[in-house]
Amino acid sequence: MFQFMHYPPQLWFGQLSLGLINGSFYALLSLGLAVIFGMLNIVNFAHGAVYMLGAFCAWFLLNGFDIPYPVLIHGQLALASAHLPTHLNMWWALLLSPLIVGVFGMIMQRTMLRRLDGLEPIYGLLLTFGLAAVIQGLLQNAYGSSGEPYDIPNVLSGGHNLGFMFLPNYRIFVVVASSVVCFGTWLAIERTRFGATLRAATENPKLVQAFGINVPLMITLTYGLGVAIAAFAGVLAAPIYQVNPTMGADLIVVVFAVVVIGGMGSILGSIISGYMLGLIEGLTKVIYPQASGVIVFVIMAIVLLVRPSGLFGRAS
Amino acid sequence: MAEAAFLRVENLQSWYGESHILHGVDFEVGKGEVVTLLGRNGAGKTTTLKSIQGMVAKRTGSVVFEDRELIRQSSDAIARAGIALCPEERGIFASLNVRENLMLPPPVRPGGLNLAEIFELFPNLQERLSSQGTKLSGGEQQMLAIARILRTGAPLLMLDEPTEGLAPVIIEQIGMTIAKLKAKGFTILLVEQNFLFASKIADRYYVMEDGRIIDAFTAQSLKANMEKLHDYLGV
Repeated sequence: MFQFMHYPPQLWFGQLSLGLINGSFYALLSLGLAVIFGMLNIVNFAHGAVYMLGAFCAWFLLNGFDIPYPVLIHGQLALASAHLPTHLNMWWALLLSPLIVGVFGMIMQRTMLRRLDGLEPIYGLLLTFGLAAVIQGLLQNAYGSSGEPYDIPNVLSGGHNLGFMFLPNYRIFVVVASSVVCFGTWLAIERTRFGATLRAATENPKLVQAFGINVPLMITLTYGLGVAIAAFAGVLAAPIYQVNPTMGADLIVVVFAVVVIGGMGSILGSIISGYMLGLIEGLTKVIYPQASGVIVFVIMAIVLLVRPSGLFGRAS
Repeated sequence: MAEAAFLRVENLQSWYGESHILHGVDFEVGKGEVVTLLGRNGAGKTTTLKSIQGMVAKRTGSVVFEDRELIRQSSDAIARAGIALCPEERGIFASLNVRENLMLPPPVRPGGLNLAEIFELFPNLQERLSSQGTKLSGGEQQMLAIARILRTGAPLLMLDEPTEGLAPVIIEQIGMTIAKLKAKGFTILLVEQNFLFASKIADRYYVMEDGRIIDAFTAQSLKANMEKLHDYLGV
């Protein structure tokens, strides 16, 4: 069997496929962040938390919901819970989880983020940072940090032996599903009338509203879309990383670096950078594993020095 | 003005933050008329249009369009009521091509111009449909800004300085277009610094100063009041 730079092909291809998987999650999350930042001018630090909520939602849909209700025990008010069995598998979760978390995001935008209209982006960052801490804290309190297992549907189990490596079916599914969502969203924004309205509203929301378009509603829907994409990524991630309250916090810092490298607000930039950085990270794990945790940040520093608006961003 | 007012503005006051810009503007526009707001820079003409369109957050008074009070409506609701604004400096979107810019405002009423009618008025636009909006010349951008609101079917068009920075030959073309729009039954409220341009197309004039209407003329009485007008406008 051939070797490249003294490493066997199994190692190269294994890390490349893992890099592509990580890149898929980076791309999905940075896409949502770019959509939200471009339209709302909000640096959404709660993005990791809604990604995690997407995974938890999938877990609840499979294992059932515990619904708390107040009861009186010996004259004392206490909380009991009723179990609502659901048994909805991953296919249902891929559909319902983004919808449920997307609606949650829209409520969050309407009740809280909307009040920050016209203020500096730092206020949005602080509010969403706080919200992320609250969401993560609540789930950590209820379910601990050890993680809950989540099974993949039978049809996606197993894999293909390619001779030089074993490729699990689920990894193929994640890469295909994330590519479809990423490029579908990009096409919708770049090639449809709704997308044109969205781009125009990013440039001059006041004028777009004066043309008869309900821009506040559009902003809410856009935030919901960005959050729903993160939740979709969370469902895809659940079988790989387990369902864990800290899964979003671990990922969000890298995703922010991806967005900065791609160019804040650039949809295509965030998608391409997501996949590219996932692959570079994977290759680094083969060549110099000690650097794999920092390589994305080293690239970010270089990009900021050479091209501060990012690889695909427009210089302001 | 013979007919009942199509648009009636009464005691319109507006603020940008703490700055009080309009101090009680009163005027009327009849159906099918071309009415021009004249005045020096900073008189409040653009703010008047923006206030009618609901683009100024703090405003009081009354804006009645087709017997419907609009002062508390949001700008999207005002657009859907049938008022369309062609803003100062055109407001062409850089991230949209010409076709996307043209198709951006949704139709609010039947009777808007279709693309064939728009290209008859502005033939240049047809050849540039896939160009980026801001890559057009100033004149073409102005044509695009006007064409964009003609699609909507809004019967009242508010044009803010449509001749600003344009070559004389383009100004003439815009003037002919406005005359054609008037003939098609559109009502036009025009803000214009170029008095010579306005004098050829308007039915009536209001003069603004310090956020108020200070005088009004009809096209017929214009000649007799020329000296006064020069005084107001400093020309």
